Amino acid sequence: MSLNRQSFLASSLGAAGALATGGIGLPLAAEAQATIGNFPAGAQGSSIFVGLCCPLTGSYSADGEDQRKGYELAIEDLNNNTGVMAKIPSLRGKKGLLGKHITYKVADTETNANTATQRANEFIAKNKAIMFAGGVSTAETIAMQGVGQQQKVLFMDGASGSNDTTGKDCQRYGFRSQCDAYMVAKAMAPILAGKLGKNRRAIMLVPNYSYGLTLASSMREFCQKEGWTVLPDVVAPFPSPGDFSSYLTNIANSNADTFINIEFGNDGIASTKQAAQFGILKKMQLVVPNISTYLADGVGADIMNGVYGTLEWYWRLQDHFPLSKDFIAAFDRKYSTRPRWTAHISYAQLAIWADAVTRTNSFNPVDIIKYLEAGHPIELMLGKVHYRAEDHQQVRPVPVVLGKPKSKMQAGDDFFDIVAIVPGESVMQPLDTTNCKLPGYT
Amino acid sequence: MPDFQLIAAQLLNGVALGSILALVALGLTIIFGLLGFVNFAHGALFTIGAYAGWLTYTKTGSFVAGIGAALVSCFIVGIVIERILIRLYYHRPKEDQILVTFGLSIVLVEIMRAIFTGKSQLLSTPSWGSGVVNLAGIFYPQYRLEVIAIVGVTLVVIYFLIYKTRIGLVVRAGIDDALIVNILGIDVKRTFLLVFALGAALAGLSGIIDGPLLAVNPDMGTDVLIQSFVVIVIGGVGSFGGAVLGGLIAGEIISIATVFVPDYAQVLLYVAMAAVLILRPQGLLGVEGRA
Repeated sequence: MSLNRQSFLASSLGAAGALATGGIGLPLAAEAQATIGNFPAGAQGSSIFVGLCCPLTGSYSADGEDQRKGYELAIEDLNNNTGVMAKIPSLRGKKGLLGKHITYKVADTETNANTATQRANEFIAKNKAIMFAGGVSTAETIAMQGVGQQQKVLFMDGASGSNDTTGKDCQRYGFRSQCDAYMVAKAMAPILAGKLGKNRRAIMLVPNYSYGLTLASSMREFCQKEGWTVLPDVVAPFPSPGDFSSYLTNIANSNADTFINIEFGNDGIASTKQAAQFGILKKMQLVVPNISTYLADGVGADIMNGVYGTLEWYWRLQDHFPLSKDFIAAFDRKYSTRPRWTAHISYAQLAIWADAVTRTNSFNPVDIIKYLEAGHPIELMLGKVHYRAEDHQQVRPVPVVLGKPKSKMQAGDDFFDIVAIVPGESVMQPLDTTNCKLPGYT
Repeated sequence: MPDFQLIAAQLLNGVALGSILALVALGLTIIFGLLGFVNFAHGALFTIGAYAGWLTYTKTGSFVAGIGAALVSCFIVGIVIERILIRLYYHRPKEDQILVTFGLSIVLVEIMRAIFTGKSQLLSTPSWGSGVVNLAGIFYPQYRLEVIAIVGVTLVVIYFLIYKTRIGLVVRAGIDDALIVNILGIDVKRTFLLVFALGAALAGLSGIIDGPLLAVNPDMGTDVLIQSFVVIVIGGVGSFGGAVLGGLIAGEIISIATVFVPDYAQVLLYVAMAAVLILRPQGLLGVEGRA
């Protein structure tokens, strides 16, 4: 078995220790001769460089900060073989990656696609990044995927909930682990209809960019399938002005009974607070298809109580997936707080990459892409997940949640009950409708 | 065709939104109008006001105490930065003023982020503003109606403070010839300081008033700064009445456009600003050559 040979080679590397790594690493890298992107140049020394592009300022900065923490913990755990990394079979007992120490830098994307593109290009050109990762807004994530494809450097997507990320904007060099809008809508709509009834009139507040528009269209499709009437969308500009009153006036004066808020990040907080002031949340059931847990911090438990939505990952999943528990423990040791969903994406994406590097025994992005496209499952904080070859969307469960009353919260961040964990296989978008045409490997 | 009810609701919303925009622009325009100083740290002061108000409101449960804290803290921050930094730039070119206050705002915002992290804080609507009012079939948030009143009172107070006392006179004379005014026995420096701190306090006031509407986080002032400039460019840079008129025009443009062309509501605001700049560069109520 080639897998055994590879894991033997890799583990002997680990055992050889830091002194020997340069010597053994070189001939291994030379095995694959072609130059592609920063390979092999970026993998010839005793260390490799990973570029991390996180929105540390701007509308999605709270989530960006957790994203950074997730990456830093992941790299620390890879270098020291601790935490969840130490529990992944291929990585067990190995420090670094193929014996090389992982170095990194974090850049601020400012929640802005142009800045993200610049930072990513700098990491690739100046630091010879062998892989880069990041993004919380779909706009920046899609932009960086494009950079990865153009420069032939592997990009492990940060957060991105748009259908386009693995649809019309999909890239051979990008892999997205978050659920797309289609998965969210398909997983949630039957549950909403079951809990709230089939005869409802919904209205949506939609940020005018890829994420908002695709999530709105998927929600419309699946809610209508359940018999709901969905009124015309109320589309607000993105980046938003912060004040949604003129848009909410339209919603308050509609005859809807369900308010589906697609706004996200600080815009999600502002629009939800303002909707409460307009009395909309008294008249209408609030649904937030894609929740950031920071929404709950920003609007408070009283508003979140009774709200349906999905979460990318949530600490209560530790009751269902044992590695979530380990992840929370490791994160808490380093940061004295529980991880949020973007930290989960960071950590999981780096784990998947490290596993693929180790199993292919190569930093060559083409080898890694082909390994991931083969759909090998890996057990992580959401159980077993794998990538789909045709569009690079991860097949993964969708946690559907319900906001709980303040009186039942057992901790400051205990905002939700998990209503269902919908298996990923059952909600994947059919490949003939994704509009994804993956570009070439080289 | 949108019904009459909705248009009426949006007209009302335009007034409320305009009041908020006017309040936000007021501190900026006072500092510019009286001191001829461009304060790009206005958004950062807005943020400091929101945080000071949030902290106090959370601790005491009184939103009014929060308003007081926002005013006082920004007044003090205003005094400190004026003494240390701003006063050195009154007679420097506008570009220098923009650069130094822009840098200052980055420092202030990052201090806020270091203390409070980037996550949004929970600043709820005060209990006296949490209802919904039914105005002839139009349901409208009570808080936004109260904000119109708060802004109205603030405008009157500030107007009298600056234009019906000697402060405005002294400052304007001081800008023209500080030496003569000093010889007349008036402390120009102290008057400048007072005006700057007042503008800062107004930025803080708008921060706490706007707080229950927005996500309270270190970056909340960024958009506010841009909106403030749009408002005072339309209304007339440095003009007190211009801030009010510019705010109301901006509020109505956004609100009414949302009914008919929601995608272009913000774009139309900038179109209006461009039109004003072309047809009447000093702004609707601006005086030519004032700046």
